[in-house]
Amino acid sequence: MADAEEPEKKRRRIEDLTEKMAVDSGHRDGGCDWDGRWNHVKKFLERPGPFTHPDFEPSTESLQFLLETCKILVIGAGGLGCELLKNLALSGFRLIHVVDMDTIDPSNLNRQFLFRPNDVGRPKADVAADFINSRVPGCKVVPHFKKIQDCDESFYRQFHIIVCGLDSIIARRWMNGMLISLLSYEDGVLDPSSIIPLIDGGTEGFKGNARVILPGMTACIDCTLELYPPQINFPMCTIASMPRLPEHCIEYARILQWPKEKPFGETSLDGDNPEHIQWVFERSKERAAEFNITGVTYRLTQGVVKRIIPAVASTNAVIAAACATEVFKIATSAYIPLNNYMVFNDVDGLYTYTFEAERKENCSACSQVPQDLQFPPSAKLQEVLEYLTENASLQMKSPAITTTLEGKNKTLYLQSVKSIEERTRPNLCKTLKELGLSDGQELAVADITTPQTVLFKLNFTA
Amino acid sequence: IMASTKASKEQKYDRQLRLWGDHGQETLENAHVCLINATATGTEILKNLVLPGIGAFTIVDGHTVTGEDAGNNFFLSKDSIGKVCVAGSFHFLPTALTCLRLGSVLWSASVPFLVCKTYGLIGYMRLVVQEHTVIESHPDNALEDLRLDQPYAEFQNHIKSYDLDSMEKKDHSHTPWIIIVAKYLEKWLSEHNGQPPKNYKEKEAFRQLIREGIRKNENGVPEDEENFEEAIKNVNTALNPTKIPSAVEDLFNSEQCKNITAQSPCFWVMLRAVKEFVHNEGNGSLPVRGTIPDMIADSQKFINLQNVYREKAMQDAAAVSKHVESLLQSVGKVWPESIPEKDIKLFCKNASFLRVVRCRSLAEEYSVDTVNKDEITSCMDSPDSEMVFYLMLRAVDRFYQQHSRYPGVYNYQVEEDISKLKACVNSLLQEYSLNVNIKDDYIHEFFCIFGRYICSNLLLCFILGSAAQEAIKIISHQFVPFNNTFIYNAMSQTSATLRL
Repeated sequence: MADAEEPEKKRRRIEDLTEKMAVDSGHRDGGCDWDGRWNHVKKFLERPGPFTHPDFEPSTESLQFLLETCKILVIGAGGLGCELLKNLALSGFRLIHVVDMDTIDPSNLNRQFLFRPNDVGRPKADVAADFINSRVPGCKVVPHFKKIQDCDESFYRQFHIIVCGLDSIIARRWMNGMLISLLSYEDGVLDPSSIIPLIDGGTEGFKGNARVILPGMTACIDCTLELYPPQINFPMCTIASMPRLPEHCIEYARILQWPKEKPFGETSLDGDNPEHIQWVFERSKERAAEFNITGVTYRLTQGVVKRIIPAVASTNAVIAAACATEVFKIATSAYIPLNNYMVFNDVDGLYTYTFEAERKENCSACSQVPQDLQFPPSAKLQEVLEYLTENASLQMKSPAITTTLEGKNKTLYLQSVKSIEERTRPNLCKTLKELGLSDGQELAVADITTPQTVLFKLNFTA
Repeated sequence: IMASTKASKEQKYDRQLRLWGDHGQETLENAHVCLINATATGTEILKNLVLPGIGAFTIVDGHTVTGEDAGNNFFLSKDSIGKVCVAGSFHFLPTALTCLRLGSVLWSASVPFLVCKTYGLIGYMRLVVQEHTVIESHPDNALEDLRLDQPYAEFQNHIKSYDLDSMEKKDHSHTPWIIIVAKYLEKWLSEHNGQPPKNYKEKEAFRQLIREGIRKNENGVPEDEENFEEAIKNVNTALNPTKIPSAVEDLFNSEQCKNITAQSPCFWVMLRAVKEFVHNEGNGSLPVRGTIPDMIADSQKFINLQNVYREKAMQDAAAVSKHVESLLQSVGKVWPESIPEKDIKLFCKNASFLRVVRCRSLAEEYSVDTVNKDEITSCMDSPDSEMVFYLMLRAVDRFYQQHSRYPGVYNYQVEEDISKLKACVNSLLQEYSLNVNIKDDYIHEFFCIFGRYICSNLLLCFILGSAAQEAIKIISHQFVPFNNTFIYNAMSQTSATLRL
């Protein structure tokens, strides 16, 4: 009986077992593990505590799953992505894919530490994967130098957990929509095995947030779209005729002068081209001088043209740690995950705020309920278009509207293909009645903010 | 080669220069950070400090550290500017004893000390700095300094130069809202015995007064005058009385401000100069900040108005400089060599946002006579307070002191260690006469999961990311550091700042 054992014997027996576990897991994958390597992870997984997850059964299987089977997708190999890859690799995850469409820029080097000066110009995903693979034995990071939109359903379906370190709300919404589209329902009941948890992190200067999304179950990105207020652009009349700030002068050069003067031929303005920025800088200075406005600098010019958001290593380290912690918790079922949104700010001291973002009943992405469009039949299609782009809960970028009329699919308006845009543009001035739409008509709207079309139901008002 | 290095640095640091500027970056490059027991944590803290450009490091291994011999040259040299000591306590470092000794050496040397610890799923940071001054705190929501309630002479003259009633429609619609509010305020004051709108009812009436000023077309329908709408929207904040923030008043009344000596840091000399300004040229108010928000207006009107504020700010800064000069002279120093004019201008611009952080020493925190009982007991009144984790960390320290190991490292120790740790908790609470209750759950959790090697890498990353930013705040004197204990709970992803 264990109790009757002498303490010393008991201690040695347990130590042997512990050693054996470490050695076993090492042997199984070819011996690149060493004694004690995963002790810290093991501690979590092998002892229950009062605060652990009700489903959690302490075992070596949890560790094995983590090391050998769990497949994680990291979206973005930038400020957050580099930290996430490092965190996940050092926590024991071995099957990691990373997607990033960018190449390395010198301004990345103050925080994206997997990159060196002579990596500038190379794809971030490739360099990040190389770095991790060469430094963390046994870890296999597979890079994908492409846009998230270039990967399909079957690609995303293979992952157990997806963690995002994106710098674009549009991309987030797209990813969110993709995971929602993978959900399967049987008789209206969500099949839990079709849920791929999405951990989303974001940073801006000294502020950041981390959130856990269980698609179909918890609040999704679009449920809380109002948390991301739309970008405010300066009014055109200010830019064109009454500038007051140096930013107005820069926007004048960018929006009005560049297309008019075409300083580099037909090339469009490239914020990463120093010659282009220099040109805008000089024109902005001239304009500013005209109006006695001070403050136009090269740095400000670049910031306005590229819509630069300041960034530091520390915020990315903190948010990536929080996100990776959630990945770890979910992968091991060891602790109850964050429920479900944490905000971080270290401008004044350190501040975090954690709350449960609520699902929106009629969310355009995850509620499966057709969205309501209330317009009088005399309203023009243009008004519907403006509503889709300006409404705070929808914030679409360039929606394409189609419907079924007389049994046939009809495109009412589409912006992204020039020939179709020209053909359908007259529809914008027509009323909904003139277009043959009736009360209760279903409109299907496609947009870059979602991989699936969103269904709207037209409700005629008086 | 120099030029290309400078250019490549500007490129590399671009994203952070937009937060703390070139002058902030310079302080980082001139900084010298000592990392104690950092090697045990791998390269995480080093990465977070090297990436933003910290200039120099001294790395000391925790095994051999004592308060006295840890990097003596580092701590005891006279010039402690730009020096920060960060200690990580992750394993084997007998926290309390060593930190206390180290803490007292650093306190005497005026070297800021940042202690980081992780234990299972709890992260801990403690900042120890006697006095840390912040000129550029970069507050998130700063109130504008418009002086509408007490317009200075040049502002009054500028307002006089406008005659709203006789203006052309185009000019009328492009007059800055500040002017509009000023004009209507004059009207109101003349009709209300010199009393500005005070309550909601009066402010509503004032808004209505402005609304009536909107031009009407030939049919009597009000025109679209966005600048007037802006004025109406801003009435509430525009009518805020110009006031010296109480935090700044407190600074004026502090000893360092009252007693300026040859050793006084620049911050206090400038603060005293501002105080003198307030009592003289300022007529009870701080130097004018000199900035106005953007508003609907034509370029010329806006720029002219902006210049009125800018010139007044320059004037006030010049007056403050005069006070700086005489203060320095009175202690045998020369101006402007000691305090450059651009520093004084920056100081004046940030006069409303000045902050001084004073953290209690570790000795004060640990001593039975000065322990912050109030803070501990009031936090423990809330069921979800992170304070319980602080007490548990202290109990674990105590356990280590008594048993030379951490609780529950081996599975077989778990059962006996529960009661041993509980005893430590009780003796801790007793020693400090803390009448609080710690649930058994916390005790079980702490050593069930927490033991040697327990630092989760991920928890470390959160704490060391935070720590790096606090170190940068200390070095750059920009943004405000925490005061003085930060606890992070990775289980719930919640945190708290405690003052101990």
